[in-house]
Amino acid sequence: MKIVIAGLGKVGKTLTKQLTADRHDVVVIDTNPEVVEGIVNVHDVMGVCGNGANYDIQEEAVGEGADLLIATTSSDEINILACLVAKKLGVGHTIARIRNPEYEKQLRFMREELGLSMVINPEKAVAREISRILRFPNALKLESFSKRRIELVEYRIGENNPLDGIRLASLYGSVKAKVLICAVARGQDIFIPSGDFALRQGDKIYLTSSPHELERFFRNLGLFRARASSVMIVGASKIAYYLALELSETGMHLKIIDSSEERCQQMSERLPRTLVIAGDGTDSDLLNEEGISQMDAFVALTGLDETNIILSMYATRQSVGKVVAKINRKSFADFVSSENMVDTVFSAGAVTSEMILQYIRAMQNSLGSKIKTLHRIVDERVEALEFGVTENISFVGVPFRELKLRDNLLIAGIVRRSGQIVIPGGNDSLRVGDDVIVVTTDTMLQDLNDIIK
Amino acid sequence: MNYRMIGFVLGRILLAEAALMLLPLLVTLLYGESTLPAFLLPMALLVLSGCALGIKPPKDTTIYAREGLAVVALSWIVMSLFGALPFYLSGAIPSFIDSFFETVSGFTTTGASILTDVETMERGLLFWRSFTHWVGGMGVLVFVMAILPMTDGRGMHLMRAEVPGPSVGKLSSKIRDTAKTLYAIYLVMTVLQVALLLLGGMPLFDALIHSFGTAGTGGFSHLSLSIGAYNNPYFEIVIAVFMLLFGINFNLYYFLLLRRFRDVFRSEELLVYLGVVAVSVAAIAANISHLYGTVSEALRHAFFQVSSIITTTGFATVNFNLWPTFSKAVLVALMFFGGCAGSTAGGLKIARIVILLKSSFRDLQRMIHPHAVTVVRLEGKPLEDKTVRGAYLYLSVFVMLFAVSALLLSLEHFDLVTTFTAVAACINNVGPGLELVGPVGSFSEFSQAGKLLLSFDMLLGRLEIFPMLVVCAPSIWARKRRKAGA
Repeated sequence: MKIVIAGLGKVGKTLTKQLTADRHDVVVIDTNPEVVEGIVNVHDVMGVCGNGANYDIQEEAVGEGADLLIATTSSDEINILACLVAKKLGVGHTIARIRNPEYEKQLRFMREELGLSMVINPEKAVAREISRILRFPNALKLESFSKRRIELVEYRIGENNPLDGIRLASLYGSVKAKVLICAVARGQDIFIPSGDFALRQGDKIYLTSSPHELERFFRNLGLFRARASSVMIVGASKIAYYLALELSETGMHLKIIDSSEERCQQMSERLPRTLVIAGDGTDSDLLNEEGISQMDAFVALTGLDETNIILSMYATRQSVGKVVAKINRKSFADFVSSENMVDTVFSAGAVTSEMILQYIRAMQNSLGSKIKTLHRIVDERVEALEFGVTENISFVGVPFRELKLRDNLLIAGIVRRSGQIVIPGGNDSLRVGDDVIVVTTDTMLQDLNDIIK
Repeated sequence: MNYRMIGFVLGRILLAEAALMLLPLLVTLLYGESTLPAFLLPMALLVLSGCALGIKPPKDTTIYAREGLAVVALSWIVMSLFGALPFYLSGAIPSFIDSFFETVSGFTTTGASILTDVETMERGLLFWRSFTHWVGGMGVLVFVMAILPMTDGRGMHLMRAEVPGPSVGKLSSKIRDTAKTLYAIYLVMTVLQVALLLLGGMPLFDALIHSFGTAGTGGFSHLSLSIGAYNNPYFEIVIAVFMLLFGINFNLYYFLLLRRFRDVFRSEELLVYLGVVAVSVAAIAANISHLYGTVSEALRHAFFQVSSIITTTGFATVNFNLWPTFSKAVLVALMFFGGCAGSTAGGLKIARIVILLKSSFRDLQRMIHPHAVTVVRLEGKPLEDKTVRGAYLYLSVFVMLFAVSALLLSLEHFDLVTTFTAVAACINNVGPGLELVGPVGSFSEFSQAGKLLLSFDMLLGRLEIFPMLVVCAPSIWARKRRKAGA
């Protein structure tokens, strides 16, 4: 597919890297010639220097036609205009990143009248992900499939954990909850485990099941951590605003700390039910005064990665239940999570690019069995895909034990048309109309038919 | 320095060269010549060393700028060494240094020859000699990239080091497609020229030899009198026009295919190029008309010679060494101009000259209006300071190397014009110079050291100086990276 990316910020660069790895034809546009040259040197893409919303520039980039334009410049207006220009040039799909909440409210207008295929608000997307985690603090990360009927949870086996040393077969027998461990990350290795696989301390495991069964799983093991009911947020950023909106609906108690009086004022005006505190969030006295150790969760959302990392480590020391940090720089985020310095890290760039990649994958095979959802886990090395089962799947109705699945691939869950959730065993089979979740280390899987050898 | 990757790319190139030798081998077989082993042995060597290096890609395939430069320079040297073997082994050129000179001259599309009696050479060898022009014209690495998937995205460093001109653009988003497009255009144009020459009654072998020489803007002919031997205006016009065509930036042909006519006909570089050709032809024709009697005859020779020299091809229809000084001076100036960036021609390149002129004017203007803010534009787009600085850098390094080469060559005790034009003809990849090295002369008189120096100059010119200088810098071969500034 030919894809044009306008704007080479963090998201633009991440997308370029991923899309060239997926062998798409990529053309990048940016106003800064050095940035363009830098990326052309490293990735096999064509670079065009100029304003992404300029007709001539886009004409040069689009050339004989393109399938998709992604506008990720720092300006919402340019992004919208770039998408409109692309539409006029005959580009089939357009994705714009739009940050300003004012435009965000006209989402329907943008989609239906202006013809934008997808509008992404990165801050809102991150806020949504964080709020999901706070509702289920056991998870380091949480992804959902099939309208949240099935969830995929990342969990780290810490010290003195009852899961340490247990074989999966005996775990499934004893725990009395229908869950499936679909992937295990141990150091640099990834396992798609079978029944003989024994868990170890330090493993990161990925579980799938319905939210209810997952809760039961952790309850039965005595590991369950209840939904956070009091949350402290440092940094009154846009993410904080969206997060507060999401969380206050569920009745959580929120404290937002920021050093800027003005921003606190604004925040307080817009979020009447939230306690906003003007003060230095890096001051431990202030944090103690506001009762950091009694909090269920702590979220570091300041503009500086370094500050967020240190704050989260401090919060962990104060035995706050769940600690979440926003870390924009990928190298920092990778390091911090691999060293287990912070429970859960997010970055707007990563969330945005993942949403876009998911859209592109779904676009690619809009004919055959459609990818409905795509989540990438374990440092993007494993993919969890949700397919809709249609008539043209060759193995509908065949029990799984008779199928030869590919190596390093697992069917992690089925949602029947009735909404019933099946954690598949050898006797189960697919039916037309099901949604099926497949977990695999093969990151090029396109079609459900390809899961068998 | 990623030595394994450099070795891998080199291996691939050697394999490609072995494949390219199949063609002259075929010619040798067709004519039933005795030089067969002279091709088989080098091919076996190429395949062996190519397989040893280039079968398995290394784990780390990243190529940074310096690896790109080093690979390009090394591969051209190694290729020339292997390419010289058929001449040497067959005994057609008894000295290896001479064979090396001839091959470098071929690959760099110079066309300078040490042969005094070309016409006695075997056909297979003649074919290989001219075929090196065709291969070297577009670049071997570009060829290898077009047919073999080799690197991840960083292949751009290779391409930039090999394709001439101040800046290199991609035609499409994938480097492989770009390389393929370039070669496809190149091939189609060559075939077209062969067809036109055949149509005029030239024998197939001659048509191929001269089309290779034209396409690569090289200038090897299998006739001592070059194109002049035919004394056929049709051949001359076809070859002259195609020389000019091959001196044009290939991106413009791609734009033609895309029907972006506006970009082609408004191309500043193209207009300047054609303008220089027109003015030079007129000036020389006026200057030599008394030699040839009629204006049309004078125009015919002036046009052929101008187009041959500005595109740095080096074919000749007359011995322009006998022309008046003014005409010779114009031709020598044209040697330095060269063709357009992104073409197969050598020289400084029209684009660079335009940039240099424009920025010089700007700086002169600043002397009158010290606070004036003006931007240098090329093709309607403002140029970055970096590009302008790059052009200045290129010119200054070029002049220095030229001066040093001329100085060293002057130790050979030839007259000043011979020495000067020999270096100019080699570093600009033209081929013939004036006096001793004129269109009917040859480079055979120079000593072995002089030939090696000129070979180096030809490689400098073809690879646009920097790759060759980079391989000479000891610091890049250091095992451990030194700290910046150390």
